[in-house]
Amino acid sequence: MAVTINTSDAPKRKLNLYGGWRAAFPFLLPSLIGFFFFFLLPTARGIYLSLTDWNLLSNSGDFIGTENYERLADDPLFWNSVRVTLFYVVINIVAQTLLAIGIAVMMDRLTKSAFVRAVVLLPYLIPNVIVTLLFVWLLDPTFGVVSDAIAAIPIIGFESNYFTSIDGVIPTIAAVMTWRHMGYTALLIFAGLQTIPKSLYEAASLDGATEWQMMRRITVPLLRPVLALVLVITVIGSFQVFDAVQVGTGGFGGRPGGPINASRVIYLYIFENAFNFNDFGYAAAISVVLLGVLMVVTAFQLKILRADESDLA
Amino acid sequence: MTVTLPTDSIGAASAPPSKPGIPLRQRMSRGLAWTMLALLILVTLFPFYWALRTALTTNPDLFAGDNGLIPQNPTDLNFLRVLGQATPEEVQIASGRENSGSFDYLQALKNSVIIATAIAVGQVFFSALAAYAFSRLRFAGREKLFFLYLTGLMIPPIFTLIPNLLLVRGDFWLFQVTGESLNWLPFYESEGVFLLNTLPGVIAPFFLMTPFAVFFLRQFFLGINRSLEEAALIDGASHARIFRSVILPIATPQMITLGVLTYVTAWNEYLWPLVVARADEVQPMTVALGIFSSQQPGTAPDWSGLMAGTLLGALPVILIFLIFGRRLVDSIQFSGIK
Repeated sequence: MAVTINTSDAPKRKLNLYGGWRAAFPFLLPSLIGFFFFFLLPTARGIYLSLTDWNLLSNSGDFIGTENYERLADDPLFWNSVRVTLFYVVINIVAQTLLAIGIAVMMDRLTKSAFVRAVVLLPYLIPNVIVTLLFVWLLDPTFGVVSDAIAAIPIIGFESNYFTSIDGVIPTIAAVMTWRHMGYTALLIFAGLQTIPKSLYEAASLDGATEWQMMRRITVPLLRPVLALVLVITVIGSFQVFDAVQVGTGGFGGRPGGPINASRVIYLYIFENAFNFNDFGYAAAISVVLLGVLMVVTAFQLKILRADESDLA
Repeated sequence: MTVTLPTDSIGAASAPPSKPGIPLRQRMSRGLAWTMLALLILVTLFPFYWALRTALTTNPDLFAGDNGLIPQNPTDLNFLRVLGQATPEEVQIASGRENSGSFDYLQALKNSVIIATAIAVGQVFFSALAAYAFSRLRFAGREKLFFLYLTGLMIPPIFTLIPNLLLVRGDFWLFQVTGESLNWLPFYESEGVFLLNTLPGVIAPFFLMTPFAVFFLRQFFLGINRSLEEAALIDGASHARIFRSVILPIATPQMITLGVLTYVTAWNEYLWPLVVARADEVQPMTVALGIFSSQQPGTAPDWSGLMAGTLLGALPVILIFLIFGRRLVDSIQFSGIK
């Protein structure tokens, strides 16, 4: 009975079934407000601010064209921050990626235990601030238990002032952040490993291939798309190091970015210009450059690693 | 059955010479791999143990050389003083000095809980609404709008930090807004500068959406079978009703997982609250701990107090980890493949 009534209605109704803007608008409205006010507007405004001499204290500024960018080109502290950041990114990404691949392969080939996976994720859940404080203590030159242990290793053991050493501070922060992120990165890679057919390993094993050969000939090539994505995520994250530097070098009588300028990464330099020197215009200009660099780095990585193609065909 | 098992294993034990399948080299590398795994777990967990061990020792004992694996005179004074439950004499005993820097743990805890809860609930709910529109409704410019949202993923937070601060100070570029108009907001006490130094100000940028949350949920909604919804639609159900009675029940586990992930991210946030929530009453845990550590002297800082503070500061996240660890692992793997 109901069927006969519905049939006449159906074609008309079908057109409106999936809505149009009238149906979509109430669902989209909150996110549109959020996106407009906290992403779109600030992005446009950030670019505008970089062309002004906006001052935080007077809360005003005039349009000065590209003056901030010209100043940037001749600012040794800016170039120092670029160097320091790149140094950090290279150490952090190389160490973190190699360790994460190792951990992921180990989890894949050795144990599927959920406990192991949960444990390796733990450091990622702890705030940077807390992780950094923990390691400032563990690596304390006089009382730190980890610094003592490192010094006690035969042959390769060494002593360092870690967070307060000019040469050591960036490698130290890179190592601490590697400790925090390697498990998370390993989980992403582990997920990618699950998509490689097990039959390939069985066949290779029957042919007498060693673990190392399987790793080089099967795992790495087939993992490339996932690895590309993971690298894009981790490299972008690595460029944005801030909390660990601010807390690790700014506490305990030190100055953030120290000793001297050895750990003044680009995020910190932007932060200082904005909030110590109240120079919003200049800080915004450096942010624009950072955004540009990140976009170029991402595009370059995706191209080099051919992220969208898999060798599994 | 109990008899056959041992015989089996004895048989297996005597077998290796006749079993060329697993060469000695491979067995050695397996042993090595297990050792590495054990080492990995040790490296991951040891710092937490050491923080606990340090927090159980008084500062003077620590500097007097009590640094074995197990503290010689364990004490709970450090935890008590971080919680504000110790007398001045006890503080002096535990920290080894009269004034060891201040840090209102309970206030910071309360702030962090309010901030992280509001962000997790708001962001997941409103992003789910948007994800429903992107995965189920057809409207002009849908793909373009979604792509625009995704470009938000690429913008580094420091880029929007300064403009967002201006916004929170009531400067909307074209017009100014003052604090008095907002007295209806929860957790809001106007001090005149719009949302600066208020909890709603810390929450606002993450409350209505993040590109990641919309992306994550859309990806999940696309995988939900549509036949049930289509039947409901033909029966004349509204989209609001379908969202509430079909999508929400199916997606609840994923939304909880995303909520936990969002909660942890919000709990860990440092840069944004450092800029907009410097006042004691609104500081979250991360900012309070950062300021506490910057009050410490370069020589002989109050390590036992700091470690008690960091452990208590990480406690809520550790609890979440114990309850949701498995789910978090699964969701991170999910986000890795998609």
